Amino acid sequence: MTDNVTGIVLNDERLVSLAELCRMCQVNADKVQLMVEEGVLEPVGSGPGQWRFESLCIRRVRRVVRLERDLGVNLAGAALAAELLEEIDRLRARLRRLGEF
Amino acid sequence: MEFKDYYKILGLSRDASQDDIKRAYRKLARKYHPDVSSEDDAEERFKEVSEAYEVLKDPEKRAAYDQLGSQWRQGQDFQPPPGWDQGFEFRRGGYTHADPHVFSDFFESLFGRADFGPFGGAGGSRFHAQGNDTHARIMIDLEDAYRGGRRQITLKHSELGPDGRPVVRERTLSVSIPKGIVEGQQIRLAGQGEPGLGQGKAGDLYLEIQFRPHRHYRTEGRDVYVELPVAPWEAALGAKVRVPTPSGSVEVKIPPNSKAGGKLRLKGRGIPTREPGDLFVVLRVILPPANTAAEREAYQAFASKFSFNPRKDMGDGA
Repeated sequence: MTDNVTGIVLNDERLVSLAELCRMCQVNADKVQLMVEEGVLEPVGSGPGQWRFESLCIRRVRRVVRLERDLGVNLAGAALAAELLEEIDRLRARLRRLGEF
Repeated sequence: MEFKDYYKILGLSRDASQDDIKRAYRKLARKYHPDVSSEDDAEERFKEVSEAYEVLKDPEKRAAYDQLGSQWRQGQDFQPPPGWDQGFEFRRGGYTHADPHVFSDFFESLFGRADFGPFGGAGGSRFHAQGNDTHARIMIDLEDAYRGGRRQITLKHSELGPDGRPVVRERTLSVSIPKGIVEGQQIRLAGQGEPGLGQGKAGDLYLEIQFRPHRHYRTEGRDVYVELPVAPWEAALGAKVRVPTPSGSVEVKIPPNSKAGGKLRLKGRGIPTREPGDLFVVLRVILPPANTAAEREAYQAFASKFSFNPRKDMGDGA
């Protein structure tokens, strides 16, 4: 059985609101606010009601939440780990490309 | 069902202290956490380690588990003895850290399911809850991002079978891939996540896009790179060369005195997002081998015309 489905693309041009981000990552707004204060997320907009996040934030929020939960690190530690992991992802991608050529 | 030796999984002896247990778990969690680890079986190992910790960190569950005795071995066929948990009282909400959906049959036979089991959860048919959102990564071809179109994807997920045990099911979805999608972007499919409980709505399914590795192309965001092999005389004298691109082949003019590794930009021929990316042609100079006498002669004539020292930056010592 095959279902035909069409979805919404979450791209950089389509920014997500605080409420959407919370729902997609299953976190509460306080948590997102802490991440903004910590500099993990940099939304545009002047206050929580106006905040808009790049959709690539979704992955970062989920990862930070998992790292905090599973490794017993605090937000600052999880944020540091997430940033380093993103850097590793970029370097691995570069390495892959160099290996191909 | 297989017996799980939780002490062995954490590399501990049965008389380990609670501090030892925590330390062993943290160490293994850092090693096998799927976000962190590059080991192939990281996810499986991490589930095992989390499950072991879930039991051993909780003195109540640990005491109950210890009561099964030390004669059992990891992987041995196991059925819980009837009434094995008599006299043990479990608090609700003991599933504090790990995601309880990933625990094994063995765990569930002892401690129940976090959401339906005898020791917790909100049972009863009038209970409604929205289903969880689910996530999956899918591989598509770069060409799909240029053209868009429907792609069949097969996803595996586990759901509760009629006997209350999780079973792995496959389903195939035909997903519309929009033109101009780039790697790392997500597609949200409303209502395709986990089914809700009772009259609760189903969750959403998020698909993260990855491009299948390609022999000629690589991407960086919306920009696409293609490596073009050229002969030394083409790079030196200039040439017109046909180059394959994901949107069809194009003729590219190589300017005279181009360097190896030099990039030619074809504006707007990258991934067609709203503001299309660029296509970069990276020149790779291929040296022809000197196999025949005529070829060797040509290289000698070449050498005699140039005063060229490729090692001049290496100084006198080189």
